[in-house]
Amino acid sequence: MNKSHTKNMKNKSLISIHDITREQYDEVLDLAEKFEKNPKQDVLNKWVVATLFFEPSTRTRLSFESAANQLGARVIGFADASTSSVKKGETLKDTILTVSNYSDIIVMRHPKEGSARYASEVSPVPVINAGDGANQHPTQCLLDLYSIRKTQKKLDGINIAFVGDLKYGRTVHSLVQALTNYKTTFHLISPEELKLPSSVKQYIKDANLEYHQYTEMDEVIPKVDILYMTRIQQERFADPLEYERVKGAYILRDSMLAEAKKNLRVLHPLPRVNEITEDVDDNPKAYYFQQAQNGVYVRQALLTLILGEEKKVKS
Amino acid sequence: MAKQEKRTELKVTAIENGTVIDHIPPQSVFQVINILGLNRVKNQIMVGTNLDSQKLGKKGIIKVSKKYFESEEINKIALVAPSATLIVIKDFTVVYKAKVEIPQHITKIVKCINPNCITNHEDIPTNFTVIEREDGLRLHCNYCEKYTKKENIHFV
Repeated sequence: MNKSHTKNMKNKSLISIHDITREQYDEVLDLAEKFEKNPKQDVLNKWVVATLFFEPSTRTRLSFESAANQLGARVIGFADASTSSVKKGETLKDTILTVSNYSDIIVMRHPKEGSARYASEVSPVPVINAGDGANQHPTQCLLDLYSIRKTQKKLDGINIAFVGDLKYGRTVHSLVQALTNYKTTFHLISPEELKLPSSVKQYIKDANLEYHQYTEMDEVIPKVDILYMTRIQQERFADPLEYERVKGAYILRDSMLAEAKKNLRVLHPLPRVNEITEDVDDNPKAYYFQQAQNGVYVRQALLTLILGEEKKVKS
Repeated sequence: MAKQEKRTELKVTAIENGTVIDHIPPQSVFQVINILGLNRVKNQIMVGTNLDSQKLGKKGIIKVSKKYFESEEINKIALVAPSATLIVIKDFTVVYKAKVEIPQHITKIVKCINPNCITNHEDIPTNFTVIEREDGLRLHCNYCEKYTKKENIHFV
């Protein structure tokens, strides 16, 4: 694959979590830590960041734009392809080549899988993938790693449970793959229909790591350090009755955390619908809103490293 | 009536210069022609199929006069005809003979199985890395990162 062999991320696109090494994860997370302490720094004031959202994703776009703005960069772009020339039939290549004339780095979200890789091949400026269909969303994965490291003070030796839709959940697939770089034990909790695909499980097997599969979460909660919840969507089930039968089994309630380890934290890529009841929000183990905030620091770190301005950052 | 000689095999003229692709599974002969673009060339081509073969039972053979292939090009046919042999002829003499090998990368000729892959929506040549595992060969799309199993391979 396209794993870069140098530590330096300057001018490199970030398309897939496979593009970077464990050392580079550390570099991003270490710099994000500095931004968490001191998020408003004028280190990108000479740069223009383009955010091209060919499909709407308000949360991710605002997170990137906030990251760039807090560092003094100028931001241009569009939030929805219906307001851009894409609607007139412009190809992705032409849009990217045009926008690269106006900006120093492109952040893009696109509904088609592989679109970001293709954009990085045609673009003279680096591209950060902010989600390409159901494929990759590497900045989500890095903010998940950041949240785990921050709350557990380490990445090696974590017991993590993934709950819900493990078949289609893009964030789950990327995070599982990233965590195979560390001595992780995986607990995979899902209905039969939504089990982790064998192609992703293969990464765990290739890394000789331990994994366990369950259909219920109660017995697993006391064993784990991180409980990573995801949303189960009704449209994933061929039989609506089957959805009705299983959906209750994957809802986290505050009472279920009574036996949990003290260091357990609940993560969720958001948006949440009903898979975490609101009474969990007040539990100190709930971490999903801080997790989203960590996304800004991680994106600040990535923009800074790719634009080569990390030496200017104050801790 | 003159006694007819009993013919047990199809006689195909030898070529003076060119390439012979032998030991093609009969069901793959026309795919090989497509992959190599032989339907578009002006060279003399002889195609035989369902011929007797000690190795395969039945086989196909393609002889292309005055044409030589880059090994990367010819190796693409390994996806549909892993048993095929490539023979290069110069002055009626075999100067090179080897089994085709599955290449590490496959570009342009295979469609990605993922309907949501960008290569199925814009005019982009496909690009796969060949992964060989115990449970068989599969292609990893370098764009959408999905795997296409050998039995699901469709050519562009």
